[in-house]
Amino acid sequence: MDSFKSLVVILLSSVLVNNYVLSRFLGICPFLGVSKKLNSASGMGLAVIFVMVMATAVTWPIQHYLLTPNGLGYMQTIVFILVIAALVQFTEMALKKFVPSLHKSLGVYLPLITTNCAVLGVTIDNINEHNFNFLQSIVNSLGCGLGFLLAMVLFSGMRSKIEESEIPESFKGLPATLIAASFVSLAFFGFAGIVDNLFA
Amino acid sequence: MTKNSNMSVLLKGLLLENPVFVLILGTCPTLATTTTLIGAIGMGLAATAVLICSNAVISLLRKVIPESVRIPCYIVIIAGFVTVVQMFIHAYLPTLYELLGVYLALITVNCIILGRAEMFASKNSVGKSVLDGIGMGLGFTLALVSIALIREVFGAGTFFGMEIPVLSNFKIEFLTKAPGGFLVYGIMIAAVSKITKGKAPYKKEFSCANCPSASFCGKQNCEERKGN
Repeated sequence: MDSFKSLVVILLSSVLVNNYVLSRFLGICPFLGVSKKLNSASGMGLAVIFVMVMATAVTWPIQHYLLTPNGLGYMQTIVFILVIAALVQFTEMALKKFVPSLHKSLGVYLPLITTNCAVLGVTIDNINEHNFNFLQSIVNSLGCGLGFLLAMVLFSGMRSKIEESEIPESFKGLPATLIAASFVSLAFFGFAGIVDNLFA
Repeated sequence: MTKNSNMSVLLKGLLLENPVFVLILGTCPTLATTTTLIGAIGMGLAATAVLICSNAVISLLRKVIPESVRIPCYIVIIAGFVTVVQMFIHAYLPTLYELLGVYLALITVNCIILGRAEMFASKNSVGKSVLDGIGMGLGFTLALVSIALIREVFGAGTFFGMEIPVLSNFKIEFLTKAPGGFLVYGIMIAAVSKITKGKAPYKKEFSCANCPSASFCGKQNCEERKGN
């Protein structure tokens, strides 16, 4: 039961408290770029969840069974980014061939994810920062992806309001968007401390 | 000053084509590492080192790398230099290594470096690419430091970790947290666009339109800005 509890804590804290976009600033580019419409925001979010979990499932064994035993830990960055890039390519090809309908809705977002720092970030964090085991890593990646989706969807709602409002000339466009992101991020502050006391 | 003289290649990164405030590249480290001045300078210089080296190598190899696989090639070259810088900082500056944490490895996917490789180094000579790397790197560092200055002095009431007598009693802690980062960055972009009004080139060739993720990320923003 304890291990299940710890998984729930990991999931909730990665979705709400340590939200990758709003408190750790990873994956800001797609967050600002793709959040204009609800459709594209949720499509991108789903694609990120998918790639994050896949990437973790592949990079965790590589680190623990290939790199560390052979003293190649320093190759982590190069190997991980190549694995993620290859994985994204293969996923896109496989989706195109076998599940064309899913490829149509998620496919366009996949190539962008290669250079999304949230994906590389979560695979490295699982190993260096948290030292999670395999199952914990998968759950953490799932949580980070869900947190990304949540932030994107919330923010796309907020952005449609900004589009309609009157803003001073030099704040139009990106500055107003960033200030709006600041408010969303402030809202997520309210979750701090919730998870620690969840099972206390 | 002729348009492409070496001096202008070097200087344009500082304000007119500042990667952070004008080209809007590399937002993630900009927001994440600017809570302290030390972190901002460390991040800026680490990225500058990687940028200069990768620009030089990519420019040397620009006729060798086939067009269709250029992005993976660039990523491998950049990741290689990031690993070198990472090991160097780990060995000689362990406190900075702790401070920057995962963001050091994430220089690999910093759009500034890939963006400059694609926009500049793949089209220009080695000398100019190195100058571009220095200019852009310093522009990045300058931007990080100016954001960190506001966030550290007013947010934590310290300057390079030393307490400032009066300000430390009235610190606005909000600025050192995540929402403060977004807020300060937004206001800084607005200020720079006011200062450079009409001078900063929001044109396609200077924008992030050439970045691999341009179709969603930068290009949209740039078109938004051009529309205004």
